[in-house]
Order: sequence, then structure tokens, then C-alpha cells
Amino acid sequence: MAYVLLRHRDIPNFDRLDVYKKNGGFAAWKKAVTKMEPAEVTNIVKDSGLRGRGGAGFPTGMKWSFIDKNNWPHYVVANADESEPGTFKDREIMESNPFQFLEGVALGSYAVGANVAYVYLRGEFWQLAAFLDQKIADMEKAGYLGDNLFGTEYSLKIYTHLGAGAYICGEETALLESLEGKRGQPRVRPPFPPAYGLYGKPTIINNVETFANVPMILANGADWYKSLGTMDSAGVKVFSLSGRVRKPGNYELPFGTTFRQLIYEHAGGVQEGRPVKAIMPAGASSSLIVVDDKVLDTPMDYATVRTLGADLGSASVIVLDDTVDIDWVINKTIHFFKHESCGKCTPCREGNYWMKHLTSRIHSGTGSKDDVDLLLNVAKQMQNKCLCALGEFSTMAVVTGIERFPQDFKKAVKA
Amino acid sequence: MSLENTHPKEVKQILSKYPPEHKRSAVMPLLYLAQREEGFITKSAMQDIAQMLEITETEVASIVGFYTLYHDQKAGKYRMQVCTDLPCALRGADEFLDNLCSNLGIKVGETTADGLVTLESVMCLAACDKAPMFQTQGPDGIKYHELMTVDRTMELIEALKQADREEK
Amino acid sequence: MSKQVTLTINDRQVTVPDGTLVADAAKMAGIDIPVFCHHPKLEPVGMCRMCLVEIGRPMLDRTSGQVVMENGQPKIQFMPKLETACTNRVSEGMVVMTVSDKAKDGQKGTVEFLLTSHPLDCPVCDKGGECPLQNLTMQFGPGKSRFIYDEKLHLEKQVPLGELIWLDRERCIQCARCIRFQDEVAGEAVLGFDDRGRNTQIVSLSDPGFDSVFSGNTTDICPVGALTTADFRFGARPWELDAEASICTQCPVGCNTTLNTRREARTNGDIVVKRVMPRQNEEVNEIWLCDKGRFAHHYTESRKRLTRPLTRKEGKLGRASWDAATKLAAENFVSAKKNFVVLASGRLANEDLFNLKSLADHAGGSAVLYSDMGGGELTQLVGVGAGTNIGKMGAGDAILVVASDLYEEAPIWWLRVKQAADRGATLIVANPRETKLDRFAKYTIRYAYGDEGKTINDFSRKSKIADEFAKAKNAIIFYGSEGLGLNGSSTLASACATLLKETDHVGRPNNGLIGVWQRANDQGAWEVGFRPVPDLEKALKGKAVYIAGADPVGDDPNLAKALKGAKFVAVQDILETATTEIADVVFPAQAFTEREGTYISGERRVQRFYAAVPPKGDSKPDFSITSQVAKQMGVILEGSSASVVFDILANSIDGMAELSYAKLAEVRGQWPIVGRGDLYYGGTTYENTQGLGVQLLPMAQAGGAVRIPKVRKEAALRPKEKELIAVPVNKLYDRGVTIHPAQLLNDRVGEAMVSLHPATAKKMGLTAGGRIKISFDGVSGEALLKTDDTISTGVALVPRSMGLAIREPVTARVLSAGKVK
Ligand SMILES: Cc1cc2nc3c(=O)[nH]c(=O)nc-3n(C[C@H](O)[C@H](O)[C@H](O)COP(=O)(O)O)c2cc1C
Ligand code: SF4
Ligand code: FES
Repeated sequence: MAYVLLRHRDIPNFDRLDVYKKNGGFAAWKKAVTKMEPAEVTNIVKDSGLRGRGGAGFPTGMKWSFIDKNNWPHYVVANADESEPGTFKDREIMESNPFQFLEGVALGSYAVGANVAYVYLRGEFWQLAAFLDQKIADMEKAGYLGDNLFGTEYSLKIYTHLGAGAYICGEETALLESLEGKRGQPRVRPPFPPAYGLYGKPTIINNVETFANVPMILANGADWYKSLGTMDSAGVKVFSLSGRVRKPGNYELPFGTTFRQLIYEHAGGVQEGRPVKAIMPAGASSSLIVVDDKVLDTPMDYATVRTLGADLGSASVIVLDDTVDIDWVINKTIHFFKHESCGKCTPCREGNYWMKHLTSRIHSGTGSKDDVDLLLNVAKQMQNKCLCALGEFSTMAVVTGIERFPQDFKKAVKA
Repeated sequence: MSLENTHPKEVKQILSKYPPEHKRSAVMPLLYLAQREEGFITKSAMQDIAQMLEITETEVASIVGFYTLYHDQKAGKYRMQVCTDLPCALRGADEFLDNLCSNLGIKVGETTADGLVTLESVMCLAACDKAPMFQTQGPDGIKYHELMTVDRTMELIEALKQADREEK
Repeated sequence: MSKQVTLTINDRQVTVPDGTLVADAAKMAGIDIPVFCHHPKLEPVGMCRMCLVEIGRPMLDRTSGQVVMENGQPKIQFMPKLETACTNRVSEGMVVMTVSDKAKDGQKGTVEFLLTSHPLDCPVCDKGGECPLQNLTMQFGPGKSRFIYDEKLHLEKQVPLGELIWLDRERCIQCARCIRFQDEVAGEAVLGFDDRGRNTQIVSLSDPGFDSVFSGNTTDICPVGALTTADFRFGARPWELDAEASICTQCPVGCNTTLNTRREARTNGDIVVKRVMPRQNEEVNEIWLCDKGRFAHHYTESRKRLTRPLTRKEGKLGRASWDAATKLAAENFVSAKKNFVVLASGRLANEDLFNLKSLADHAGGSAVLYSDMGGGELTQLVGVGAGTNIGKMGAGDAILVVASDLYEEAPIWWLRVKQAADRGATLIVANPRETKLDRFAKYTIRYAYGDEGKTINDFSRKSKIADEFAKAKNAIIFYGSEGLGLNGSSTLASACATLLKETDHVGRPNNGLIGVWQRANDQGAWEVGFRPVPDLEKALKGKAVYIAGADPVGDDPNLAKALKGAKFVAVQDILETATTEIADVVFPAQAFTEREGTYISGERRVQRFYAAVPPKGDSKPDFSITSQVAKQMGVILEGSSASVVFDILANSIDGMAELSYAKLAEVRGQWPIVGRGDLYYGGTTYENTQGLGVQLLPMAQAGGAVRIPKVRKEAALRPKEKELIAVPVNKLYDRGVTIHPAQLLNDRVGEAMVSLHPATAKKMGLTAGGRIKISFDGVSGEALLKTDDTISTGVALVPRSMGLAIREPVTARVLSAGKVK
């Protein structure tokens, strides 16, 4: 099957504007601006069943329709912060298929009436930002961005903005704060960005991959898109696969592909042919799934993965084989979350600090059974109480690790 | 010396991205610009940026403090930031860093005697399929180095050293 | 009235205004929800997670939009997660459970998390006894620590953020109240967080550190012992302190304060003021104080306090009895006949000024106000209407500030005006140079010194600004004395009053004229009939002078000369001054902390203060001293009871007949509710239980005719070649007697200085930071040179009370100090 998002894998030099254009690029863009009402664009995206690829899987068209039409100007922001451990799909899309992504941002902007869009990239994507700046300049030169596009009233500018090393800036309101030149700390929600976003104005924020889908949906229609994937989760997804597999990397597959197909058919199986012990389907924020044959044969879509006691999230699948100790895994994840907790709210700031002490002690073999119990208790005490989801994320591997892999913790602690 | 005098074109271009009444948004790109000079952000640079954006120096410092890619202390010319986060660690990143340390004769957080390289361990850099990997943060910005070995890393350091010598 | 909403909190029906936060609604109903980051004066942030509660809302039918009913009751849908009471706003039919098992579990969890990093050093903590964290720990905290003590974070414990405020990093719970206060309320974001996560710490990078005159307020709202004042820290335990209501004497705002006192070993068992705390008065200072008001009170404990009457014998001042001293003064005053002059300042209370004025009237002498600012009869006429509350001004209203640097002269007015602008009021700042208020102004008008009256008169001509001012729902003008002497400020006041009258902004609340006086009770002095005179030297020369609460000799060599030529000088004051040194008789007066009385603020609010500490030595209240002098002159004035003096005063002054001490002591409920047992809510600000004061009706509001006298402006100064015009400006921390003795503020006072435009300085070969010599009006002195490119080139700014005597604009010569022999 031809690629939908990773089309550069099919077509050489796809990051060149002429090549992109020759392969149908910007046709949707031109048609939208010259022949369609903004609401039509939103409706097609709504009908396609596209759900956000940033993690929460929120229906994209519905989000666009929430934009407050009584308060102007509107902004669009592409979330290119991509900092979840195990996630590296947005980077490939932007590096190799930049125009499709930018065309998606443009279409989103048109749909919600924004004249300015920002691409917020994590600071480490320094070179990528410069590359995108060039691509934006190419589009301006070709008349795809700028004032009075295609001779209409509509104007659009896209700017890149670099973060500077903070996972929390992937959270949409923290991202907005950061873009406003402040510390990247989440805001209280509601109000949500479509009502109160950048500079307090209605703003639509979507993930890079979400945007990259839009030109294809407009070109091929909502029904085409719906025909891919499952009832619950339409279309295709780029799965970032990492950990103990033979061929880690990005795999674009329709929703509904099983874990087994991903790991064994596409990625060549586990290193040294060992068995899969656990899967983290959503990066470090993930619950740990105990893997057996049934799990491996589970189709990956948002609803079905939930039946395994985990969220699919951004579909950054980390594979753990039987050589990996879960106490080590949670020590790693807590190290990450303690480092990335923004410090704004008490349970996350203090809880991660506390959990780090406990996981280090347990992993280093100086902990006791009481420490494991306390760790589980502290994690649960954090749950449902934090200001943003990061605090919740930090507890997922801890709670599911201790509850689902008790033997690893018996082994780890002193008698 | 103000950035407006030393880098007038860049400053203007940065400011043009944001609505004039929200010029505070320019603080992050301006900090990158300031950091390019010394490898860290000096107090006077913070003052300069604060003045330019009509915010307080404390507000600027508070932003420098929040984000890990801004530094307010001098370190090596290049910061070599090895990802040791879970996915990379599952593919040998910790061992790679250990070996690199012994090869360079420094510990994580330390700088080589010639002041060229500071070795750091960092969180996921969105290159989990290409571990071991690191980024270098230096005068020429941030660059990724993927699927690395200790040997290839030592070659890179040698090349950086060579370039540094030529510069001087 | 705004729309009301009814909800249920813990089975109680509560009706509150729509838009109220759940935490505040509970407070209104007397239900306490614990909070740390929430503060009723700050924007909600929901970051500490202390206020977790269960919130349910009536379920709506998806299709019909109607409330779903169940057993005749609306079906309530609870959120699966606990929610923060401090960020959720009330809605009709909402159900809140603050003490359910689930809610308590959440609150307990937060306290435990906070305590993991807290040093638990309560026994040595200044906040002990009034610490929200301590109190909430008693209520919600775990009995036993599950966190290993040895793993506790260790951080710096004594960090001076500036010379006034100290930070203990270990105790900080990252609620950001201090940062948010500085940013949102004070508009001076000089505090911030450094780093992130568990490493988050407070920093201040301003120069000087914590550069804000509102810094002390952060110690009141800090919910732990992280921020303390250099003045009070380690000074006493809150539970040892007594509290007495008072009024700040530092400026015409009239902030309500509470004096905390204690018997002190260090001062031989005397009872002393340990700290000055804000006392809530939402119409005056809300719950805030400026640092001058908080820290300058130490002047009342100065070693230079006068404690015994003195008389001059053989050229030397020596102890005398009260009887002998008052007799001597009385004899001289009587024999002076109409050459008897009372010179008093707005540092005195109304009762004092009233007795002094009565004495002058009885004896056929004159009563002169020691002040360079005019216009008080106009503030009586068209001052702000009774019921004025700047805190309620906002969109649609206008505020004009002219010839005043409010930040320096009346900080709490600055803060309230700035907040009115934040709420949408049109702020117009007219001043010859840039001031800190400009940043919040919609319009700034720059005029040349000398053009004040003209600038305001121009408002009657058509302009966008004038139009907006004229059309404003409500409008207030603050006028001051920057660059002006008596004549200039009188002219300006008259222009302002005319503008207000013509635009129909008089006689109503939130409309009218406010004088930014140089002293706390100047307005009161005008009310009892004191008036400044144009030529003070002439008024004093050869007279028998009775000076109260003023130091003309120390302030101005020309006045010193005039007084040396006086026939007889009696001085009554609390401190030794240059004037007491030349006096024939000296009467020791009591400080405001030692007696009771009333002041009238610039907004014409009559407010009571109370005795908090015993008087020093043999000192007496000013009004008593005057009564004793009067008695020796055969005039009977009330001298033992301040309240009786006030009753007589009230009866003899138009519009004050209704007033009495009892009336002034009345209180009403105020929002937010502060100062009760739950210090975590509003901070340590005191609740007002001793009087909100009464605002006087201006004549315009009382129905009197508004006739504004024209003031003839003096001819403009004509500087000769190489001369500049020296103009007076006002500074917050000056060298005046009511500040200078407060050691703590010395760093901020600095030395005498003069500001020039950089081009002027350059032309004269002077450099900023260097020393210069300035001479004018027969006076000369040295000063530090500063430059300010927002002033015009022909002027030199000279701060008042900073060592260079300046009362009005004068021509001056400036030279480099090096060039002067
Ligand atoms: C801690 C945290 C980190 C996140 N990081 C990212 C990220 O790196 N990229 C992203 O697109 N969304 C991220 N999200 C999700 C965003 O908040 C937001 O839901 C998303 O950008 C919306 O886009 P979508 O609807 O297209 O998924 C993160 C959320 C949280 C709570
Ligand atoms: S949950 Fe963590 S990251 Fe989110 S606001 Fe709280 S401290 Fe910040
Ligand atoms: S979160 Fe509500 S009081 Fe702090």
C-alpha cells in the first residue's frame, strides 16, 4: 500500500517543492482557499474521523469547530515538541515530508480563520527549524503563503518557534505559555485553547502528524480516510517502535494492526530472538502491558488497547524483553519525570522527587518491601490530583509495574 | 553591547515573528542568539534582553532557569549530550556513556582539560531508533549524532579539536 | 447587582454572585476550604492542590439541554477527579463536598507532599504561631512522616532578597503568591522562579535586590515562614504581641495599620512597636502597605526623642517644669499681640491643629500651615465625593495624575490607580518627566515645568484625550507639587477644579480632586483652617513663633535666618531638630504611637488612630501642650481628652457635625474576609475591628455652590545665561525626620542629588555619578549628579528634603564640585 504520511519513502526528493507539487501537493490548499468555505474544510476533517495524534486522540474536526468565533484574531499552533521518550515520528515527517505537514497547518489555519500559525519545535530540533524556515520561504516564494493567497482576501504566515529543552512544553497550555515568552508551565483548563489560547485568543493546537493527514484527507475525501483503520480509529498511524527489537524505527500502518504484526512482520522480531516481556505502547508515560500471545494479537487502536489496561497515546511502542527488569524501567521513567516535572503543582513536584528516592533505593537493592508498598502508595496519592497530565503520566509505569510485575520487585528488595 | 547593535538583522527578524504588543515572545530566540556569543548567557545579556522586551531581568533569568538548553555558566566549547533515557538505554546508551567517560577520562558533567567538550547525560532526544546517540550544543547550534560508537565519537572529537585549533 | 447563583456546599445552601470561585463562595458561607496558592486578591492558578474538593453539577440532557431529574431532584453528576475549589467558578445547582472522605484524602495527600520537602523547623521559625502550613498540618497532616528525614532536600536558609526581605529556601512551598503579587498587583515583576521541578526556587535579580516599595506585603501573604522582614525576623513570637489600630503617618493615603507591640528587654522593659501590619480597609489600602509605612516607624524610638520641657537660660537650653515652660511661652505670645504666629504642619493630628488654630484665633495671631502646596480649599470644595473607592474604578472611568510621581509620593495610591488602569480605566499621566506610572497610562502628556496650569486648561479645548476624560463615567484628578511651589500648585489646583466642574465630575463618589500632599494630615490642616503663606520668611521675621511638628531651620537656611530674627520661638516636637536647637522653649510631644487622635486623608477620610505604647518621659500630646499654653494665656481649651477636642472640632466645622470617635470606630463587613483564624486565606493582614473612618462630603456634594477662585500665576522665571531653573520633586525615601532615623531604609535613601538632562550635563562638562555644586536662592550645597533624558534641558531637578532646601522653582547655577573653591 502506498504511504499516506511517509510518502517520501515512496517518492525520492519529496522534500522539494517541485516534486511535492508534481505529486499533487498544494492542490487541496489551492482548492480550499479559492473554492471552499472554511467550515467545509472543518466538516470534511470531522467526517474523516481523524483523531489527534499527540496522544489524547481527540477528534480533530470537532476541536476545530470549537474555535470561539466571537473573539479574534485566531491562531494555529503545530505541536512539534515531540519529547515523549520513544517518540520520533514527527521528526521524520518534518525532515522528509515537510510540505505535506505545512500544507496541513495551512489548511487548519484556513479552516479556523487564522492568519498566523506557529510551529513550536523542541529546542533540540534546531537544524530542523532552520530547514523548515527554508521550506516556508519556498512556499512564500511560490505563492502558497503570504498575503492575498491565490488572489483572495485570505493571508497566512507560518513561523517556527524553538523551545529550549522542556518536555512539559508538549502539553498544549505549557506550550502556549512558552510561546508567549514565559516559563513553560501548564495553565488551568478550562478554558481550553479554542476559547483562550495564544495571547488569550482562540487557538487550535494539533500534533504534527495530525496536520500531515489533512492534505490527504482533503485530496482523497473523508470516506477514503475512514476506509483505512478501524471503526474506532480511522486512518493510518505512524508507530515509533523502539526498545529490544531488531529493526526499530517508524512504521506507518493502519490502525488495527496487531502488536505481533508490528514487532515481528515489520521490525524483524526481538533482538536475539528473546520473548517479549512487556510493552509500553505510549512511551515513558505508558502503562506496562504484560505480554502474552493474546496481547500480541491485539489490534492497535485507541479503544482496543484500552482493554489491555493501557492507552495507545502517541503510539510510541517500547518493547521490553525478558532480560529487562521492571524496577530498572521505573527507575528510568521516574528519573525522566522528576527531571521534567515543571514544579508548578505540589503532587507532581514533590511526588516525583519522593518516588525518585524510592525507585533508586529499590533498584540499587537497598530498598525494602515497605519501600515498594510506599512507592505504590505515593504514586496513587498523586493520581487524579495533578494540574496537568504529566503528573499522571509519571505514575503509570510505577503503578502498573508494581502491580503487574510483582516478582521483579520481590527480587529487587532486601528480604 | 546590545544584541540590537551586534546582530541587528537577526533581532529584527526575530521580533517580526510576533505581534508587537507581544514582543515578550521573542525572549527565547533572543536568548539563543545571546548564548551563541559565549556559550552561556551572561548577566548583561539578560539585562539587554529584558530592556529590549520591556520585562524585568528577573523574568528573563527565570526563563533561562527553566529550560535546559540555556546555560548561565560557562562549560566546554561543545556540550556533548548523550541520551540515556529509557529507549536509548534499552539499546546500550548507558554502556556507551560509561565507555566514553573512560576514554575521555572525565565523569558526566565534567569538561575535558582542553575545555573543548563537556559531557552530559540528557533525556530523550527523539532519536530512540538510532541509539546510542548524542547531540552537540556549541557555537554552531545543535547537531545530532546518531548510531554512534565510542570510536566514531573519538574521531568526531578529534575533528572538533582540529577545527578549534584552526580557528585560533 | 450582579446575577446571584445558588449552590450547595456541604449540605448548606449558599447564594453568591455569579462568577465567584468555589473557594471564595465557601468562605462567604463560613466554610473553610484549605488553600495555599489561592489568595482572594490574586488570579487563580490552582497550583498547590490544597483545595481539592468534590464538585458535582446538574446533569443536562444531551438532546433537550434540560436538567435531568431524579426523584424530583436534579440529578447531580460528579467529576471522577477531585477538583480545585480555587479555580472552579460557581454555577446554579452546583454541589460541593469539601469534607467528604475523598476530598479529605486529597487534602491530606497535599499536606503530606508539601511536608516531604519542608524543613519542619517550626521551633525556630518566625512564622510559628501564625503559619498556615503549621495550622493546616495540625488539621490535615499525617501523624508520622513516611519520608526519610535524611533524604530531605537542603537549601540555603538565609538569603537576603534585598535589604528588607529575607528568604528561607527550605521553607518555600512554591505557591508563587509573592511572585504573583509583585507581577499582578504591584506591577513590578522583580521576583521569579529559577529552575524547575523540585529545584524551583525564588530569585530576584533586580538591582537593588527586590526592588519594589511593596515588598513587605509578600511577607504577609507568604503562607509559610519563607519570606520574613529584616525588621521583624527573630524579633518576637506572634503570640506575645499586642495589637492596636493605627493610621500610617507617612503620606496622605492614610493606610490603616495595626501596631504590634511587646515589652522588650533590650529597651529596659519598655513596650515598643515590633512591627507595623496592614489593617484591612478596602476603600483605602485594601490589605496592603508600602515599605515606608511598614518600616519607617522606628523614628518614634529615635534616641533623639524629646522627653522633658526645655527653656533657654543664659543662652543654653536646660530642663524646666511644664509649668515654667508653658508660662514662659504664654507670656511671650501674649505680649506679641498680633505678632503671634503659629506655624504647624500636617504631621499633627486634627485635634492638635484645632487647638493651635483656636489659640491663634483667641490671641489675635495667625495660623500658618508649613507646606509648599496649595489648593486645600478646592479639595474641600470639589474633593472626591463621599463613597469614593478607587478599587471600584475601571472601564469607562478616567484618572488623571498631574505633577505628581505617585510611586514616590503616595505608593498605595499608585498601586490602586495602576489597578484601576488594569481594570480598564483610562489613565492619563501628565508630568514633565517619565515616572513609573507611565507604563500603565493610556495617555502620557509631557509638558515643560511651569506649564502645569496651561496643560490642564488645554483640556477644555478639543482633543482626543480631553474628550475621553470629559466623557468618562467617573473621573478623578490627582494633583501634586512636582516642580511647583505654593503659587504654582494653587494655580494647578484651580485649573484642575475648573476642569472637573466643567466636565461634571464633581459632587459624586469616584469623582473630584485629590491633593497629593507632602504630609499625612495636610488635608486635615486645611479643614481646621490652617493656610500656607506665600512669603514665610516675612511671616516669621520679628514675630513670636509657636512651631509644632516642623523643622524649618533644618529644612531651609533662609527660614533659619528668618527665625533667628524672630522675637521668640517655642517649638513642640517629638524629636530634637535644628529648630529645637534655636528655640527659646521646647515642648516634648508624644508620637502618634503613644496617643490617640484623627487624621484626614487626601481622599478626605477622617480616620482614628489609637495609643499603642506608653509615652516617652514627660511628653504630652500636642493638643494638651497647646491647651496648657493657652491656659497660661487665659484661654480655655480642652486638653485632656482627644475625643472631646474632636467633638468640639466637629461642631465648629461645616459638614463634620455628625462625626464622633464612636462613629469613626464603626466597621462593616468587608470582602475578602481576612485576618481571622484561617490565616492561609488572606494572609496575616489584620481584620479591621476598630474603625473604617468616615469620608467627608465635599461642598459640591453637600449642595454648596461651586465657585472656583482664579489664581493669578506668578510671572515665569527668567534664567540668565548659564543658569538653570531648579525645580523641586518629591522622593519616597527622603532625609526627613520621619524616615531618616529608620536605619533599615538608609540604603535606599541615598544622598542629596540633582538630575539634569544628559545633554545639559554634557554641555556643562559634568558626568553622571559625579559630584556637583548647586546654588540658588542664597543657598548652596553639594550633591550627586544624575541624568534623566526625559526632562527638558533647562531644568535641574532637586528632591525635597534631601539636604538641599527648595520650596519652589528658582533659578540656579550648577558647577562641578571640583571647580568650586
Ligand atoms: C506532558 C505532556 C506532553 C505532551 N507532549 C506532546 C508532544 O510532544 N507533542 C504533541 O503533539 N502533543 C503532546 N501532548 C499533547 C498535547 O497536550 C495536545 O493534546 C496535543 O498537542 C493536541 O494535538 P492533537 O489533538 O493533534 O493530538 C503532551 C501532553 C502532555 C500532558
Ligand atoms: S503535573 Fe507536573 S508538570 Fe503538570 S503542572 Fe503539575 S508539576 Fe507541572
Ligand atoms: S490549588 Fe487551590 S489553593 Fe492552591
